[in-house]
Amino acid sequence: MRASVRSLSRSAVPAATLAGAIVVWELASRGLRIPKFIMPAPSEIAAEAWEWRYRFLGHTWVTLYETLGGFALSIVVAVPLATLIVYSPWMRRAIYPLIVLLQAVPKIAVAPVLLLVIGYGEFSKVIVAFLVAFFPIVVDTATGLAATPPELLELSRSYRASALKTFVKVRFPMALPFFFSGLKVAITLAVIGAVVGEFIGSDKGLGYVILSATSYWKTGLAFASMILLSVIAIVLFGAVCLVERLVCPWLAPAAEE
Amino acid sequence: MEKTYRTRRGDLVPAVEGITLDIAENEFVTLVGPSGCGKSTLLKLVAGLTPVSGGTVRVRDTVVREPFPDVGIVFQHPVLLPWRTVLDNVLFAAEMLGLDPDDHRKRALELLELSGLAGFETRLPRELSGGMQQRVAICRALLPDPTLLLMDEPFGALDAMTREELGFELLRIWDARRKTILFVTHSIPEAILLADKVVVMTSRPGRVARVITIDLPRPRTVELEFDAKFKAYSDEVRGLIFASRRARADAR
Ligand SMILES: Nc1ncnc2c1ncn2[C@@H]1O[C@H](COP(=O)(O)OP(=O)(O)OP(=O)(O)O)[C@@H](O)[C@H]1O
Ligand SMILES: [Mg+2]
Repeated sequence: MRASVRSLSRSAVPAATLAGAIVVWELASRGLRIPKFIMPAPSEIAAEAWEWRYRFLGHTWVTLYETLGGFALSIVVAVPLATLIVYSPWMRRAIYPLIVLLQAVPKIAVAPVLLLVIGYGEFSKVIVAFLVAFFPIVVDTATGLAATPPELLELSRSYRASALKTFVKVRFPMALPFFFSGLKVAITLAVIGAVVGEFIGSDKGLGYVILSATSYWKTGLAFASMILLSVIAIVLFGAVCLVERLVCPWLAPAAEE
Repeated sequence: MEKTYRTRRGDLVPAVEGITLDIAENEFVTLVGPSGCGKSTLLKLVAGLTPVSGGTVRVRDTVVREPFPDVGIVFQHPVLLPWRTVLDNVLFAAEMLGLDPDDHRKRALELLELSGLAGFETRLPRELSGGMQQRVAICRALLPDPTLLLMDEPFGALDAMTREELGFELLRIWDARRKTILFVTHSIPEAILLADKVVVMTSRPGRVARVITIDLPRPRTVELEFDAKFKAYSDEVRGLIFASRRARADAR
């Protein structure tokens, strides 16, 4: 009971701060008569967003599935790669430097070339999102797989369990917390990747809306898109946290009575 | 037998050398010696987890070249699987051995009851104290009823009181179902109190300094620690360990 009151007040304080900031912003932009195309008031942003609501729905959907597509692809590629890296010293020497090299290349610089090669459709954005998202998953999963207590591996060996059995029953579950912390970084990066892809060249998606709205001085629409993008990122991050809690309930802080 | 490790830099580290040790079936043998003298290495050699560099390890006339199923291992830390309940952690041994866990459920419950863990079967490891977790690890090692139990400082991470309690518990379990136990410890009293034989090792490279047969009545009790014989054994072991330390200091 007391705990719920405390958690309520914990979320009430930032909520009140946010509300206060919006009110100040509204009053300031009215009082100072700042032109709408430079800094629209919250009410104006809301009005424009409402007018655009059906079109926003379509653009949000496009960005969302580009993000999720890239994210899913990065999991599918990263987990086997991490496994190879941990299990084979030869693969580690062959692959790891390449992955680090790939990570060092600024994705924003690569994106135009990529779009040129793959085309300007949604698939190219999936690839950009994948490129930025897969690195943290590979690194964290590999770290987690390598962090299995040596005693557990010796125990498995003494039971003469196969490598696959040891992986499925011991190593991978042990690495799950690392895997999920990789996913949490990756999901927010995937949103950025999708938007960067849209910036380079597209006719759909929230990144495209921001670019075209600003070129027509419709700053309110750009603001609304930014807010929508933040909401997407937060919701997806929350979803990953939720899945983590469902998949690894043993990681939740112990209930106190 | 002997074991030489090759370090990452390519140096050769002789871990144990010229070890000859005979252990009779169903004997309780404890292993003491300074840190780094190769006690853990010796257990790994016996378990077949690491190959010998020279000599042979034989268990019941079979030469050990690889891990064999008839052995149970307990480490200093319980290393339980945090997502599995206590019961499922014990059954882990059966699963990994490729046996049907359902056939072992009854025995697992009996073992847990024997170690005073009745009522905790569905708890997660993190809800247990360190001593209770180590009991679960011992149950896991005992589940397939191995003839050989290898224990590497199993009570090393516990407080003195829990340690004593678990020691006597282990003796009780061993009494009910005899098996050969090779038990590494840093505690001289523990080594004497539990054992039929204490193996004292010296370091670098690890060798056997002396094998002391402990002639104290069983069942062992706490009172034995005040026995004159106990004190004599204790002084003997301590003397051997200090002698090896002094010899090393002189060599420098
Ligand atoms: N994998 C390894 N590679 C190289 N050297 C090793 C390896 N494992 C152990 N050693 C070396 O072998 C020697 C014996 O190690 P071991 O772990 O058997 O000692 P120990 O008696 O169990 O020590 P402690 O009482 O501290 O647990 C040490 O000098 C150690 O540095
Ligand atoms: Mg050791």
